[in-house]
Amino acid sequence: MNALVKYLFLLAIVLQIASCGEDEQGCTDPLANNFNPAAITDDGACMYDNTGPTPYELEIPQVFQLQLPPPFIPADNPLTVEGVALGKKLFFDPILSADNAQSCGTCHLPASGFTENNAFSVGIDGIAGNRNSMAIFNMAWNFNNKFFWDGRAIGAEGQAFGPVVNPIEMHNTWPNAVASLQIDPEYPDLFDAAFGTSTIDSNLVVKAIAQFERTVISANSKFDRVLLELESFTESEVRGFNLFTTEDGDCFHCHGTGGNPLWTNNDFHNNGLDETFTDKGLGAVTGNAFDDGKFKTPSLRNLVFTAPYMHDGRFETIDEVIEHYSSGVKISPTIDPLMQFSFQGGVQLDAQEKADLKAFLLTLTDSSFITNPDYQAP
Amino acid sequence: MRAKTLQFLLLLLSIGVLFTSCDDDDPVLENSLLTFSFTQNFDGDAVSASDFNQPKFYNEKGDTLSITRLRYLISDIRLYKTDGDSIVIDGYQLVDVTNGTGLTFAPTDEIPQGTYTGISFIFGFDSIDNVDEAYPDLNLANWNWPAMLGGGYHFMQMEGMFLDDGDTSLYAYHNGTAKPDPMVMEFEQNYFKADLAGLALNKTNADIEIQMDIAEWYKNPHLWDLETLNMMLMPNYNAQKMMQANGKSVFSLGEVTQTD
Repeated sequence: MNALVKYLFLLAIVLQIASCGEDEQGCTDPLANNFNPAAITDDGACMYDNTGPTPYELEIPQVFQLQLPPPFIPADNPLTVEGVALGKKLFFDPILSADNAQSCGTCHLPASGFTENNAFSVGIDGIAGNRNSMAIFNMAWNFNNKFFWDGRAIGAEGQAFGPVVNPIEMHNTWPNAVASLQIDPEYPDLFDAAFGTSTIDSNLVVKAIAQFERTVISANSKFDRVLLELESFTESEVRGFNLFTTEDGDCFHCHGTGGNPLWTNNDFHNNGLDETFTDKGLGAVTGNAFDDGKFKTPSLRNLVFTAPYMHDGRFETIDEVIEHYSSGVKISPTIDPLMQFSFQGGVQLDAQEKADLKAFLLTLTDSSFITNPDYQAP
Repeated sequence: MRAKTLQFLLLLLSIGVLFTSCDDDDPVLENSLLTFSFTQNFDGDAVSASDFNQPKFYNEKGDTLSITRLRYLISDIRLYKTDGDSIVIDGYQLVDVTNGTGLTFAPTDEIPQGTYTGISFIFGFDSIDNVDEAYPDLNLANWNWPAMLGGGYHFMQMEGMFLDDGDTSLYAYHNGTAKPDPMVMEFEQNYFKADLAGLALNKTNADIEIQMDIAEWYKNPHLWDLETLNMMLMPNYNAQKMMQANGKSVFSLGEVTQTD
């Protein structure tokens, strides 16, 4: 019997060794109580405290699921119900500004596609800026992670730091903003629920705002519904789409063919607005003269809501934008080679082509986006 | 006797469990680990993004040109043995020289160790793989080839400026599916298989350099005249076929370092 026990023991050791190479299973959710950092595959047994933040299930539109990689959610700022709610409250709260009069939502209005219908926004001191407010949607798919027209901010978190302290915007300091939040009767508990601490700092503020911004998604335009075979294009819209997606109009190299539902490549280009630059854009950030005059490609979704257009809001209407690319392109040393027809002023569209192109652009309008209750001020 | 028999059986059982319990995902010591590096040169002079935006290149026709942007797609790398047998490494790589991404590719496929004396790949996608909007990462990269021109994806985007009688002009050398007749929605596959000579791979681990000589896009067998072929090349059937022909001498095998 002693020999039998010895051999069974030996067998047990052998079995233990023989389990080599199996992927370790466990809870892979960093928000769970029993998160196992060594786990390779999730065993479906994650446990959560009732008091911890609740994972936020981001609803990804069907077209995005079909055409794009999963959204970019930084590991140090996962989406939670509490974080998103806090971020939304902060986004629309003027408490972040020095005079308690201006919030992010003042210049990024849901009704305007999260931009503002002025060329420049005016800060709390009545000073106008020099760049058009950028529309905020589909940020979770901005994989190059550069924000602002000139790409100077890294991450949605990085972007949110800027306006609070910008002298021509909210003109506050972060210590003051944090102090205001700390003495507020609601915010400490909200931060505790979202981040496990009632001690507020600027990093947590921008993280919450970024969480909210990543949930702001626009993907219910006519074009999206056509892709899903729920609607059909008109003949004019089809002609416009063909112009857009061939080198006749040549919009697609920067704005996509429809295979990229973001309608932007999130890259930086000199699209021939000027011969010389008072605003160097990306070049002022990189210090590289070859980047002078380059600005971030905006999405073409929701143009009916987001006028005026370009980094300085110089074009009031879609017609003016089309006219620019048709005959108004200016040559400069850093003109993008994709502006192939720049040496003749542009792609030279006739009246019908301009109308068709505009008709197509309007199919990128998502009216449900601007009234989505999830995106309105609380 | 019984005890000894039992001991022997248990020992056999133990050994049997040891050798059969490891699953197929366990590392197999006899597979190779390969890394492919994609480098670029212009007539042998190394090129990187730091050389971009400067009129420092001279093509065969004598045009002075700069490069602003260069991206290209390769797929289905295949390794050949001396007996003609081959293995294909599934997958594709978008090499983005401008942004310095995709310059190395370390496939996760199991590559049986052996002696390999040939390597090839598809420039672009072949007809089976060149499926419209099938690859989310390429969609995100705005790599799609318009449906009006055949759909699928670009094979290459090379853009820049060149001097045209002293004036600066732009070029966009974009390669993909060809369309023989602009008025007819019929298309012609335009990829090619690049065969690289000189491989002698016989060890477990290797770094394999695949070189692109950019100058070859402009000369062999077709002398490329940027003054006449600089823009609107995507729907230009003849230009696309010239690119396909010229591309076949663009790639060569560079340095191969291998260890056991």
